[in-house]
Amino acid sequence: MIREFGGTDIVYLIEAARWTLLLAFTATVGGGLLGIVVAVLRVIPFGPLNWLAIAWINLIQGTPLLGQLFVFFFGLPLVGLSVDAWTAAALSLSIYASAFFGEIWRGSLQSVSQRQWEAGAALGLTYAQRLGHVVLPQAIRISVAPTVGFLVQLVKNTSLTALIGFVELTRASQIISGATFAPLPVYLTAAAIYFVICFSLSQLARMLERRLHVAR
Amino acid sequence: MSYNFKFDVLLRYIPEIVQGVLLTLQFSVVTMLCGLAIGLIVAMASISPLTPLRACARVYVEALRNTPLLVQLFIVFFGLPSIGIKLGANTAALIALSINMGAYGAEILRAGFQSVRQSQIEAGRSLGLTAGQTFRHVVLFQAMKAIYPALSSQFVLIMLTTSVVSSIGATELFHQAAFIDSRTYRSFETYTLITVSYLVLTLGFRAFFAGVYWAVFVKRPRR
Repeated sequence: MIREFGGTDIVYLIEAARWTLLLAFTATVGGGLLGIVVAVLRVIPFGPLNWLAIAWINLIQGTPLLGQLFVFFFGLPLVGLSVDAWTAAALSLSIYASAFFGEIWRGSLQSVSQRQWEAGAALGLTYAQRLGHVVLPQAIRISVAPTVGFLVQLVKNTSLTALIGFVELTRASQIISGATFAPLPVYLTAAAIYFVICFSLSQLARMLERRLHVAR
Repeated sequence: MSYNFKFDVLLRYIPEIVQGVLLTLQFSVVTMLCGLAIGLIVAMASISPLTPLRACARVYVEALRNTPLLVQLFIVFFGLPSIGIKLGANTAALIALSINMGAYGAEILRAGFQSVRQSQIEAGRSLGLTAGQTFRHVVLFQAMKAIYPALSSQFVLIMLTTSVVSSIGATELFHQAAFIDSRTYRSFETYTLITVSYLVLTLGFRAFFAGVYWAVFVKRPRR
């Protein structure tokens, strides 16, 4: 049965976008936690751990996300984990995000001038106090805008999980397109929904950059 | 764990992988060139004094950068035939990739033009150079140096991104994975091997671009 592309389909697509957002959110939390570890390993004054972090970042940033998705999709069952697309998608996007968050946050940490550390030391602050009261507040300010900017990439990249069969916005549009034989309006609608999400994030990043970089 | 990893069965598919690598490189180079050509037009529009031109450039860049490439690809390959434009998978892939790259290229080029300070142009003109000579001898080299790092990492990014076009059946490296998988049923090994091939390409190109940067912009006497 071929039916017309209509209001109910648009509602279905908007509902499918929840999975896009949920996946992006999960990857942000998972990738964020792992990203903190990557950033710390990257700046810690101990060579082998730095190399480990650099190798991790190169491995993730040097291979296509699509490849990572397939490796996890086919690899997880081999180590006895569940086979579903959600697990593979959430795990590989988190790992993907960790490499980028790690680099963004390392950059933010290192862009705080060395003199700030020295000034803290001169005031008699301990290492933890210098980090917590002097360096981190400045580093976080610097990191907010690029972090939000990366979320745009993350939301766009959730679309690739459609190719391992996870039903988010892109996979949902493939399904609707198959049912209605109206690919053009369907994919344009999907693009419009992505645009609303991503453009809001880009504008937010731009606004945050203006607000938070006044001091520099 | 009872699974036996077998990478050796993949060895006879090395020629397919090499062929895939060449096709991926072809896609990347053509995308880069077409994307830069589009990007140049859009970048010039975005710094033009005419408001409508600037607005068009802005809409183009924002629309393309805030939607996923996969959806753009589906619009070109599955959507356009319904308004009478039928394209083969490889053509559709190239068009979608180039249009997408155009938006990123435009931003890179615009930043490059704007990075050369006005005083440099004035200095060139006051030395008696014509506008063309100033552009060739003063602006171009500095702008190239400014955008080179962004362009070279964009090339690597495109190379990784082309894997997405396998989803519409365009023939490149990732497409070969599906082929080898269908022959060997060794999905995990196949996709791992293909993913690692991309890593080798990425590291190789990064080293190559760093070498070129050193030879062209660092070693050469200052001008």
